[in-house]
Amino acid sequence: MDRIFQALADATRRDIVVRVAQREQSVTALAASYAMSFAAVQKHVAVLERASLVVKERRGREQIVHGNLETVRRAARLLEHYEEVWRFRAQSISDILREDPNEPGNEQDREGEKS
Amino acid sequence: MTVVSSQTDTEALTLTFVADFDASVQRVWRLWQDPRQLERWWGPPTWPATFERHDFVPGGRSNYFMTGPEGEKGAGWWVTTLIEPPHRLEFEDGFADENGDPVAQMGSVRAVVTLDEAGGRTRMTMVSTFESLDQLQKMTEMGMEEGMRQALGQIDTLLAEDVSA
Repeated sequence: MDRIFQALADATRRDIVVRVAQREQSVTALAASYAMSFAAVQKHVAVLERASLVVKERRGREQIVHGNLETVRRAARLLEHYEEVWRFRAQSISDILREDPNEPGNEQDREGEKS
Repeated sequence: MTVVSSQTDTEALTLTFVADFDASVQRVWRLWQDPRQLERWWGPPTWPATFERHDFVPGGRSNYFMTGPEGEKGAGWWVTTLIEPPHRLEFEDGFADENGDPVAQMGSVRAVVTLDEAGGRTRMTMVSTFESLDQLQKMTEMGMEEGMRQALGQIDTLLAEDVSA
């Protein structure tokens, strides 16, 4: 969280976040928008990247920056699907336990639990 | 069974799933240990799993396939990396090709399972960690594809019943 606040404490960085959230842009294109050097813009992007607010990827010779919100949402969606799988599994486990509460070998288990 | 909590971490790409079961730790452990029991719950209801191999020892391999309503097969593998019966199990889980060999570009999911006694019940905590967002996406798509085929299969069954009715 600290990283996020630090990253957003700078006006240029806030502007970059808004810009790339609307549309992905190359670092070169971003640099052209500000009265500062390419290297300086690159540094700002690196700070945002560390805070996971943007994602930078190399595409040919260009470095493309895009907002990470989408990435976070995408990850959330995919993980939710996986969660669904586990809900089904837990339900099946529960059904098996109800059907076979004392399958053979349970006596051994109790001994095992004591040890 | 109670699902106690389910948490996803979108940065670490993990799913932490916690459920309580009305059984002893040993009993729940055997649901993981015994391939005949494992296959009763590992696959989705209409895609039952068959474990052809389940070397439930550290470094041991498991091979399974799931069979869809149309007889389609989806294969998977495990490598068990750590076993501390009956409380802790760690393994890698991935997709396999028709020979049971890991599909390398799909990577694997790292799973850590812990079973703890909790007020006469067993608390199962399962943490799955994906390698990257792209891998998570690929694995989900593959799973979703199966889910889709499953749904289509069910529709087919319903239609077939309708025709014969």
